Amino acid sequence: MEILLNSGHILVIIAAVVGLFMAWGIGANDVANAMGTSVGSKALTIKQAIIIAMVFEFAGAYLAGGEVTSTIRKGIIDASFFVDSPELLVFGMISALFAAATWLLIASALGWPVSTTHSIVGAIVGFAAIGVSPDAVVWGKVGGIVGSWIITPLISGVIAFIIFNSAQKLIFDTDKPLQQAKRWVPLYMFLAGFVLALVTIKKGLKHLDLHIGTTEGYIYAAITAVIVALIGKVFINRLKFDESATLKTHYANVEKVFAVLMIVTACCMAFAHGSNDVANAIGPLAAVVSIVDNGGQIAAKSTIAWWILPLGGFGIVAGLAMFGHKVMATIGQGITHLTPSRGFAAELAAACTVVIASGAGLPISTTQTLVGAVLGVGMARGIAAINLGVVRNIVVSWVITLPVGAGLSILFFWMMQATFT
Amino acid sequence: MARNTILGVFAKSPIKPLEKHIRLVVKCSNQLIPFFAACYEQNWSEATKIRRKISKIEQDADTLKRQLRLELPGGLFMPVDRADLLELLTQQDKIANCSKDIAGRVLGRKLEIPTSLQEQFSVYLARCIEATEKAAEAINELDDLLETGFRGREVILVEKMINQLDEIEDDTDAMQIMLRRDLLALERDLNPVDVMFLYQIIDWVGYLADLAERVGARLEILLARK
Repeated sequence: MEILLNSGHILVIIAAVVGLFMAWGIGANDVANAMGTSVGSKALTIKQAIIIAMVFEFAGAYLAGGEVTSTIRKGIIDASFFVDSPELLVFGMISALFAAATWLLIASALGWPVSTTHSIVGAIVGFAAIGVSPDAVVWGKVGGIVGSWIITPLISGVIAFIIFNSAQKLIFDTDKPLQQAKRWVPLYMFLAGFVLALVTIKKGLKHLDLHIGTTEGYIYAAITAVIVALIGKVFINRLKFDESATLKTHYANVEKVFAVLMIVTACCMAFAHGSNDVANAIGPLAAVVSIVDNGGQIAAKSTIAWWILPLGGFGIVAGLAMFGHKVMATIGQGITHLTPSRGFAAELAAACTVVIASGAGLPISTTQTLVGAVLGVGMARGIAAINLGVVRNIVVSWVITLPVGAGLSILFFWMMQATFT
Repeated sequence: MARNTILGVFAKSPIKPLEKHIRLVVKCSNQLIPFFAACYEQNWSEATKIRRKISKIEQDADTLKRQLRLELPGGLFMPVDRADLLELLTQQDKIANCSKDIAGRVLGRKLEIPTSLQEQFSVYLARCIEATEKAAEAINELDDLLETGFRGREVILVEKMINQLDEIEDDTDAMQIMLRRDLLALERDLNPVDVMFLYQIIDWVGYLADLAERVGARLEILLARK
């Protein structure tokens, strides 16, 4: 207890630095996954992708990151266990952050596709179950989170399958695909705008003290979505099509329309990623700050300090600005066999799933969800070849990350305990 | 760091190389037209030059075929069956092989097509090559088929092309019968061994159209699965 009073500020500063480091790591590595499909299908240049990612990652983190942060902060661990020794929770959260960030760094250096969400959840469960007591973990909640990791890729796969097939029915399998594309693509933009706006309004604006009623929420979301669709329509109308193109190459023109749509879904994806993944860095930080600020009291209901969400957003953007270019350049060089019409279906499905899960406070893996969506498009016979070996690697890394995150976290936890007591 | 991204999931598409392969193959069979024109004029140096060219294109097609096979390992999830795709590739490649064999056999014997048959033979050859071109046209729809998820209008369009291909092949069969009958009438005035080889060349040229039809059939199977 005295530790918190005597060196509380130092602990907060340590937590903030490690949290920022984690956010920076997420920005540097994970964003490439979120933006990769857009850059890979040549709908966006690297520069455009980075600018969109900066704006929308930050917006997502700030506007819709709160719910997941709460789950990471207090959903996994039974706070009543730490009432007598709140410093253990502080140490634990800092260790978990440090463990997850370290694992992210190691995996990135080795080129392994890991999930930041899995590492932080594994790390928190690890220090609490082994470092403190197995009873300190709310296993029911953890079970729910792990269950969501299996279910969300499935859901996003199904959504992607449906979106892709609807695009086939409405646009590709018609007499005049180009006209149909011009007509229907704004509808998809509306859909993307609507889901994003709705989750932001219903979940995100709470901590900004803006209270909007249910009906008004839907109306505002619809208005936002209409504006998005209209702007999209203007851009589509300004497109120049290869008029000489006969029926032979009409799909090239259709893809141009989808490339505009992909800009919208890329914004969605960045927003979704920001809203979901910022919590991985700042959830533990928020817990530490809350305990220290309350002088050792573990407040059941407390708001997140105002500076924490922006700090996480800033960390992601900084990582993105410093390393995003390099990572995305690698993507840009690789020949991707992905056209905007497929990329959009996968991105929109993944973004919707992630945003809805974020709104529900479930920390899910953005990459897993996107892989699920890609497989969904593949099932609809939309992608020339999917490398199942890589998919398997991603799934394996998903499983391995949990014990590794937990192990590292226990190690750091014992080290911190030894240092401060 | 490249593998740490979602893009590793997307493997190299076999469709563009497959289309490129059939274009090479057709280019190869097309060379038979100037080749036989040179033979009619008994311009053997020109014929040798063209045969060398045919052989070169055939080798390029072979290289591409091998490369494509290596790039299609088992662990790929594709909208079409891998075995069907590889079988299609094998059939395509046979067209180039057959073209090379025809040129080689004619040049090796300096085989002369009887003057009275030349015009008829040219028409027959052109029709057989038309079949290979039609097959290439259908294969070139594969990227559009991918765009439309292998169903709907695009499939109907390709099926129409395959039907046209079948018609052309039927046509060449009829032409082949005529050509044999006319050759039969000339037989006694010609060198018997030459006649034997003439029948064989007529056969092989007809085989080009057969192979083209098989490419179409393979494509149809590819579309029918799943």
